[in-house]
Amino acid sequence: MTKELYTGAEMVVKALSALKVKYIFGYPGGSVLDIYDAIFNQDDVEHILVRHEQAATHMADGYTRATGEVGVVLATSGPGATNCVTGIATAYMDSIPMVVLAGQVATSLIGDDAFQETDIVGCSRPIVKHSFNCRKLEDIPNIIAKAFYIANSGRPGPVVVELPKDMLIPQNKGEFHIDTDVQLRSYNPTVKGHPKQIKKAVQTIANAERLVVYTGGGIVLSDASEQLTTLVERLNAPITNTLMGLGGISGVHPNFLGMLGMHGSLEANKAMANADVILALGARFDDRVTNNVQKFCPNATIIHVDVDPTSISKTINAHIPVVGLVDKVMAQLMEEMDATGYERNEAALTNWWQQIEEWRSVNSFSYQAPAEDDKIKPQQVVEAMYEITKGEAYVCSDVGQHQMFAAQYYPFAKPRQWINSGGLGTMGFGLPAAMGAKLAFPDSHVICITGDGSVQMNIQELSTCLQYNLPVVIVSLNNRSLGMVRQWQDMIYGGRHSSSYMESLPDFVKLAESYGHVGIQINHLSELDEKLNEAFAIRNRLVFVDVLVDEKEHVYPMQVRHGAVDDMWIKKGEKA
Amino acid sequence: MRRILAILLENEPGSLSRIVGLFSQRAFNIESLTVAPTEDESLSRITIATSGDDCVLEQIVKQVNKLIDVIKITDLTERSHVERELLLIKLLAMNDKTRTEVKRIADIFRGNIVDIGKQVYTVQVTGDAEKLDAFISAVSNETEVIESVRSGCVGIARGEKALRV
Ligand SMILES: Cc1ncc(C[n+]2csc(CCOP(=O)(O)OP(=O)(O)O)c2C)c(N)n1
Repeated sequence: MTKELYTGAEMVVKALSALKVKYIFGYPGGSVLDIYDAIFNQDDVEHILVRHEQAATHMADGYTRATGEVGVVLATSGPGATNCVTGIATAYMDSIPMVVLAGQVATSLIGDDAFQETDIVGCSRPIVKHSFNCRKLEDIPNIIAKAFYIANSGRPGPVVVELPKDMLIPQNKGEFHIDTDVQLRSYNPTVKGHPKQIKKAVQTIANAERLVVYTGGGIVLSDASEQLTTLVERLNAPITNTLMGLGGISGVHPNFLGMLGMHGSLEANKAMANADVILALGARFDDRVTNNVQKFCPNATIIHVDVDPTSISKTINAHIPVVGLVDKVMAQLMEEMDATGYERNEAALTNWWQQIEEWRSVNSFSYQAPAEDDKIKPQQVVEAMYEITKGEAYVCSDVGQHQMFAAQYYPFAKPRQWINSGGLGTMGFGLPAAMGAKLAFPDSHVICITGDGSVQMNIQELSTCLQYNLPVVIVSLNNRSLGMVRQWQDMIYGGRHSSSYMESLPDFVKLAESYGHVGIQINHLSELDEKLNEAFAIRNRLVFVDVLVDEKEHVYPMQVRHGAVDDMWIKKGEKA
Repeated sequence: MRRILAILLENEPGSLSRIVGLFSQRAFNIESLTVAPTEDESLSRITIATSGDDCVLEQIVKQVNKLIDVIKITDLTERSHVERELLLIKLLAMNDKTRTEVKRIADIFRGNIVDIGKQVYTVQVTGDAEKLDAFISAVSNETEVIESVRSGCVGIARGEKALRV
C-alpha cells in the first residue's frame, strides 16, 4: 500500500488539527493561499477572517487570555506579517502563548527583495520567545508542534513560524509525521522550586511581622488562583495584585488591598512600602509598579517566585529567588509549612492589619460624585457596568484612563475575566481581544471598555463582528480626547494640550449602525442606568455605547513621578 | 570588568543573530565574538568577550540561557582557563634593518612570518589579548603597521571541567 502524501499546506492544517486547534485568526494573501485552500477542504479548524492582521493577533490573544489555549494567527508574507508585529509584541510583554504562522516568498527568492518579502523572523526577533524557518516540508508538522510547546511552557510567549511558499504548493508532497510529545535538549524550563530556597522562604515568612503578598499575571497564566487564595487565607496576609494579576484573587476578598503601582490603591502601595517581607508570586517588578527602584521597599526581604530566571533580580534585587512554576512553588510552600508546623504570629498580624485598615479608611478610589445635571464621571459608568453584569463579565480594555478606571472600579472575581494589554499598553487591543473572548464564551457578557482614541485604532473589526456574530458590548468612555495623555499634560506639562484632542470624531452611533450593529449614546447622567441596562439587555447584537463623560476627570490615585511606591497624589493637588 | 563567556548552542539558522540581537537590544557590550561549529556538527560554540559588573553579568548569563537554542553558557573568567586570540598583521619592511627587527620581535613573541611581499611582512601571532597588544606596540616602534586583523578570543577551561552536552 502506498503511503498517503500531503502538501505542506495540508500538513499545516493537519498539524493544527492534531494539536486540537479550533480557530485560527488571519487574513489571506499570495504566499499562504495554499493554506487557505487546505483550510477550505476540512472542518476541524475554523478560520476567522479579520479586517487587519493586527486584529488577528489581538483576537487570538484575547481568545487565549480568556481560555488558556494557545492562539493561532495566519498571515501572508510581507505586509501581512509586518501588520502582526504590534500584536506579537503585546503578547510577548504579557507572556501570552501564541503561534504566528507567517507566509514567506519561495526559498529561491528569499533575499532578493521579492514581491511581498520581508524578513519577518528578523523583524520579530526581539519580541518573540522563539522563531522557526521551515526549509523542508516534512519538517512542518514537528516545527508547529515545537512552536506550540515552546509558546505554552515555561514562561509562555509568542512563537513565529515562517513558511516559504514553495513548502506549501501542490507540486511538493511528503509524508505526514507529527510528534506532539516534544522534547528539546536545549530547553528544559524549571518546574519546581529549589527545596533549600523553599525552606528559606517559609522561615522568612514565619518570622515576618509585616508580610505582603504581591502577585502578577503569572497567577492568572497558571490558573493558580484557588491555591493563591488558600495560601493567603492560611497566612492571613494582605495581598495586592498588579494590573495583570487582577482576578488572581477575588476583588472583593477581605485580604485584597486592590491593585498596586502607578494608579493602585493607597493601602496597597503603603503596605508594600512598609512591608518587612514581600512574597512576590508571578510578578516581575515592572516600573509601573515599583516607581523609583532606588526608593523601592527599602526594609523588605524579598522572596521572588518566577518561572523566568531573568525576571528575578532584573530591576529589584531578590533576597530569596525561587525559580519555578508559581502553582508548583505554592504547593511546595504549603507542604513545607505543614512539615515544619508553621504558626502565624497573630500579635504581629493584628498590628499589621490595624495599620492597613487605617490606610484603607482613606478610600483612595473615591471620586467626586457629580451633581444631577453635571457631566457623567467615567468611574460611575464602570460602577454601573459592574452592577448590571453582577461582576461576572469578561472585561477587555484598551489603553488609557478608561483602562485604569476599569481596573479600579470593576472588582474581578475570577482570573481571565480581565483582559488588557498591560506590558505594552497597546491602544487598539480592546475590541479584537473582546472578540476573541466572545468567540470562546458566546453566552457570557463580554465588554470592551474603550476610549474615543483607542477604539478608532481597530474599529474596522466591527465588520468582523457582524460576519461572525460576535455581540460584544462596546462601552466607550468618550472624553473627546486622548485622556491619559491629556492628564499627563495637565499634571506635568503645564496644561499644554499638544495633540491630545480628538478633533472630528465620528458619530459613533451612526458608525456602529452602518456596520449593522446597535448604537446608543448616553449624554446625561439621568439616563445612564437606564440606557446601560438597555444596552446590556441586548444579547444577540453588538451594541456600541458611546458615553459622553467629563473630559476633565483624572485618574487618581497616582504615584508621584520618581518617588517611592507610596508617594501618591490622592486627588488634584493633594498628596497622601 | 572584562569577562569571557563560552556558549554552546544548537547549530541552527538564526541562532547567532539571536545572541547578537540580545546583546544589542539590552545594551550589553560585545568586545569580541567568535563562532564556529564544534566536533559535533549539530552544535556551535561562541566565545564572547564582554564587560560589566556582577549584576550585568548575571543578567547576560540568564538572558542568553533563556534563548531556546542555547544549551549551556559559562563564564570562563571565573575559573582558570586558556584564552587565545589570533593576530595577522601586515608591516612595512622596507630595508634589512626593519626586516631583522620585525623577525626578532616576532621570534620573541613566538610569532611567524606567514607571507612576504616586496616591501611587507605579514606576521601571525597567537596569545591572549594582552600579549597581542604588547606585540603590536613593540613592532610599531620599529615600523609602520599597514593592516591588522584579530580573531577575537576563544577560551577553554583548564583541567577536567568541560563544556559539552
Ligand atoms: C498604539 C498606541 N499609541 C499611543 C499610545 C500612548 N497613549 C497611551 S494612553 C493614550 C490616550 C488614550 O486615549 P483614549 O483611548 O481616548 O482613552 P482615554 O485615556 O481618553 O480614556 C495614548 C495616546 C499607546 N498606548 N498605544
